[in-house]
Amino acid sequence: MTPRLLRAAVLPTLLATAAAAFAAERSSPAPLPAYRDECGGCHVPFPPRLLGAAAWQRVMAGLPRHYGSDASLDPAVATQIGAWLQSSAGSGRRTRDDPPEDRITRSAWFVREHDEVPAAAWQRPAVKSAANCSACHPRAAQGAYDEHDVRIPR
Amino acid sequence: MNPLRHLTLSIRLAGGLLAGVGSFAAAAATPADQLATYTAAAGVPASAERGQRFFGTRQGRDWSCASCHGATPLLPGKHASTGKPIEPLAPAANPVRFTDPAKVEKWFRRNCNDVVGRECSASEKADVLAWLSTLKP
Repeated sequence: MTPRLLRAAVLPTLLATAAAAFAAERSSPAPLPAYRDECGGCHVPFPPRLLGAAAWQRVMAGLPRHYGSDASLDPAVATQIGAWLQSSAGSGRRTRDDPPEDRITRSAWFVREHDEVPAAAWQRPAVKSAANCSACHPRAAQGAYDEHDVRIPR
Repeated sequence: MNPLRHLTLSIRLAGGLLAGVGSFAAAAATPADQLATYTAAAGVPASAERGQRFFGTRQGRDWSCASCHGATPLLPGKHASTGKPIEPLAPAANPVRFTDPAKVEKWFRRNCNDVVGRECSASEKADVLAWLSTLKP
């Protein structure tokens, strides 16, 4: 194979592989139905890879006082969801340090990724909270947070 | 068709239908059933007027029921802290409401803890459900 041919054949494959890996990192597998229904009852079912295992453990242990709300669960359901979160938790660079109060929205990467969003946008009634992902990410409920989909409400 | 075979088929069909109805009845209840259960547990008649007042009033904490469900629960609400849209609570606007007793109990337990700082009494639940049941689009 000539070098030119090699480039022609290999480069697209490499690019496709990189794109697929990037897409896989950016999208989430289908969540556990109990997680989607129970946790998703009050907020977008946040992708479990956005917190580390220890942080999820603390979140699940504190459900009766969950960021200002009683989010307590039937013990059997809590066990099932907790186990799924442990096996789906993030393990990469982003979740190496637990964010303050185990809040995804206070992770260094979250703050960095959202630094172009004007402070006033967060205050708008249609947004209200940084936890309201679907206000700007229309497919957040499906675990899709692609930057190209972002629509910040006026 | 052979009359005997026809009879057998009819019995099978009827049996299947009955089994279907039975499993449906076991899983579902109506808002009226649950109002009756709470009223019986309370031992006093429910009051829609008291329920409306309870629903719209803060009880010494940050939120009332209406903070998330809206003052007119025929319309969608919005979670007071996360902003997540909440489907209408009134059965007339949302027929799945108050049809699953376990779910109803779970949400009363959590939400009363948030709003009142304790679980609600059977009488409070009956009053709120009585009021919600009077709402018509």
